[in-house]
Amino acid sequence: MGRLFAVEIVYRGIFQKNLAKNISRGIALAARANGKMGISFGRYGDSPERNGIPAKNFAVIGTDEETLQEGMAKYEPKEVDITISVDDTLLKGVESWAWYGLQPINRLLRPGGTLIVTSMHEADALIPMAHRKETPYQLAILKGTPSFSGLWVYKDDHTDVRILGAIARVLPELFTIDDVEQAIMEEWNDPLKTVSARKSHDRTATRSVQPTEGNPDHPFEFTLPKWHEMREGVVIPSIARGAGFADPATEQVGGFRPVRNPTFKKFTTRTMRPVVDFETCVKCTLCWLQCPDSCFDVTPDGLYDANMEACCGCGVCEAVCPVENCVTMVNESAFQDNSSQWEMWKKDKPAYKAWLQEKIQHKPERSHGFRYRGQYQDQIKTMVADGVLEVPGKEEITITERVVSDMGEASSGGME
Amino acid sequence: MAQVLETAAKETESLISGSEAIAVACKLADVDVITAYPIRPYDTVMQYVAKLVSNGELDCEYIVAESEHSQFEIVKHASAAGARVFCGSSGVGWMYAFEALTVTPALRIPMVAMVGNRALDDPGAFGVEHNDALAVRDLGWQLVWVDNAQEALDVALIAYRVAEDRRVFLPCAIGCDGAFLTHSQTQVKIPPQEWVNAFLPPYNRGDLLLHPDNPITVAPQVNEDWLMEIRKHNDEAMKRSKIVIKEVYADFARIFGRDYGNPYFEEYHTEDADVVLVGMGTLSMPVKVAIRRMRQEGKKVGFVRLRWFRPFPTEELAQTLGRFKAVGVIDRDFSFGSPHLSGVLATEVRAALYPAATRPPLAGFICGLGGREVTVPDVQRMSDMLLKAAAGETQPLTTWIGIRE
Repeated sequence: MGRLFAVEIVYRGIFQKNLAKNISRGIALAARANGKMGISFGRYGDSPERNGIPAKNFAVIGTDEETLQEGMAKYEPKEVDITISVDDTLLKGVESWAWYGLQPINRLLRPGGTLIVTSMHEADALIPMAHRKETPYQLAILKGTPSFSGLWVYKDDHTDVRILGAIARVLPELFTIDDVEQAIMEEWNDPLKTVSARKSHDRTATRSVQPTEGNPDHPFEFTLPKWHEMREGVVIPSIARGAGFADPATEQVGGFRPVRNPTFKKFTTRTMRPVVDFETCVKCTLCWLQCPDSCFDVTPDGLYDANMEACCGCGVCEAVCPVENCVTMVNESAFQDNSSQWEMWKKDKPAYKAWLQEKIQHKPERSHGFRYRGQYQDQIKTMVADGVLEVPGKEEITITERVVSDMGEASSGGME
Repeated sequence: MAQVLETAAKETESLISGSEAIAVACKLADVDVITAYPIRPYDTVMQYVAKLVSNGELDCEYIVAESEHSQFEIVKHASAAGARVFCGSSGVGWMYAFEALTVTPALRIPMVAMVGNRALDDPGAFGVEHNDALAVRDLGWQLVWVDNAQEALDVALIAYRVAEDRRVFLPCAIGCDGAFLTHSQTQVKIPPQEWVNAFLPPYNRGDLLLHPDNPITVAPQVNEDWLMEIRKHNDEAMKRSKIVIKEVYADFARIFGRDYGNPYFEEYHTEDADVVLVGMGTLSMPVKVAIRRMRQEGKKVGFVRLRWFRPFPTEELAQTLGRFKAVGVIDRDFSFGSPHLSGVLATEVRAALYPAATRPPLAGFICGLGGREVTVPDVQRMSDMLLKAAAGETQPLTTWIGIRE
């Protein structure tokens, strides 16, 4: 019996579907160059044709054909050597279109395995986003904003090969950087990509994450019923209607909060969330009316509170709100929990105002989708100005140049 | 021909899915007319075919129909007019084409179709069940199941050669398990065009060609005074198919150098087995893994993977299975109210064994429905039941495996 390796790529539907496929293909091809046999597949129950929905690809590699059979005809491996998260907001957990409950990002990671994340954040900001794991694991950060594109296009920013280079560094038993270079030339015939892969390989460092670190919450889960417990005729009960609720400050009861599906919440689809200024809200109802997920609770005082257990982060509320800066979409990585903004505001209005200002000052820090042409460039400048993006010794460098210089000689033609 | 093969380019290797492998086979077979209508998992084939067409690698009429019914009608007519055709569907899409599916074998149309096996709605589900393809088992369709992408490519080429043999002229559906085969990329050897040209002659419809130079009427209305004889034609064609399949696999091995041995079913660790499992499609992977583990524990379990379900290799299978002390049949399908409430395959294997000289006890298993994984522990449980049956302990005639109960 040889050794079976498995790598999962956790990505966002539509925006990163081609990226994930390229990575898992690249893994199988690099392993092939190393004399191993591999398969590449997507998690079949996922529906990655939906904006932002968490989805998975897998590469399963065996040192020989019989070993590889152990990993075939399965939806997903039971355990992986490496989890790759190509968007840092996925660290909060994964609830796919398939009905599996909320899965921690590190759920399949074997003890001592490595979580590779593409992010502009440092480890201290990323680790609290992921659920705690009973066994220690390694974290490797690949500097860069999440690589987002559309269903039919591919944003070739070398994220794919940089990931492959990082894998060669953290798991050289699977394949080496030389194998990666060979696979890149066979698949893409692009020497520039090999440079990016090697730079990433050389720069990848890991940090150990202990069982005491991370989000202590227990992710929601459920037990599937037995066949004789299920209703006949493919019938399921409807969700109850909903009711008013109490104002935490005045104890006045009113408004309306719909009852929501307790086992299929979808909020991990969110890469950004609306932040609401309740003091400038004119109660026009548009956000509540237009939200495709009915995520707004009507408060007893007639305001609209986006419920973070139901919001998918689509941004429609921000788009339809007629008041400037009343609803602002903010990158999901800026938040630690799903608590109610309205309750926070009711309990302490000055504190809420300060919190709100702190959150929306990075207003352009959206993970995908832009309000106007050229916003990407503006976003880079803002990030540099805000210190989100560290640019040592070079004021005018753009994030693209930064990523490129990280990758190697892609645009400048030389390094160091 | 020898010269062709010597000078021909070598095989290339590519990381492709079972669906891509079928699309590549369409290109190598130089198919003339392809019709499409999307449904998962079959739609992956139409995507790759569309890519081949738009990249200029495949020169064919590629028609996206308005439904599966039209999809299959169009290729039926194109085939009658002498075109090599490809078609396919999945689950209820295949069922929506059912009227077209019934008339195709009656008209002796050598269509090749890919069925990306999918559970039948309702409830909506993407996972594999074999009931979609099995629905045509009585109609004159040849039915073959494959378990990996290489075999998908090879069998697609074999299917054209068998179907278009004048002795056969029957359609052939290739069963490909949804997800495990259609959506999983593996290394596949792609033969050079010269080899395929040497293996697969052009489609020649001969005197059945619908053409102004060959004035004929196809499918007139008939009554009780004609129909039984027409049915007999198909009966004989299906009988001949079994002989042709054997010839074609031998020729395939000669030209491509890949020898599948017994074309009708694959045997795994059967030489010294006490008991065997029988099944179709990708469940072969966990079954083989489980058998290797059980053999380390001294349990002599073997596996027979049936490839060709129609024509059914009755004598060959009965002879092989008669050697064992117990036989278990894994059905990734259901047949409600059937004899012993078994699946389709178990019922057929029982029927094949009835006149056999030795009839081992046979246990039917319903497993892996709706694409549920057939796991190694599932296989071990089934095998343990067979080993008990072999020791004389009566086992249930049908057991559902892997259900929450």
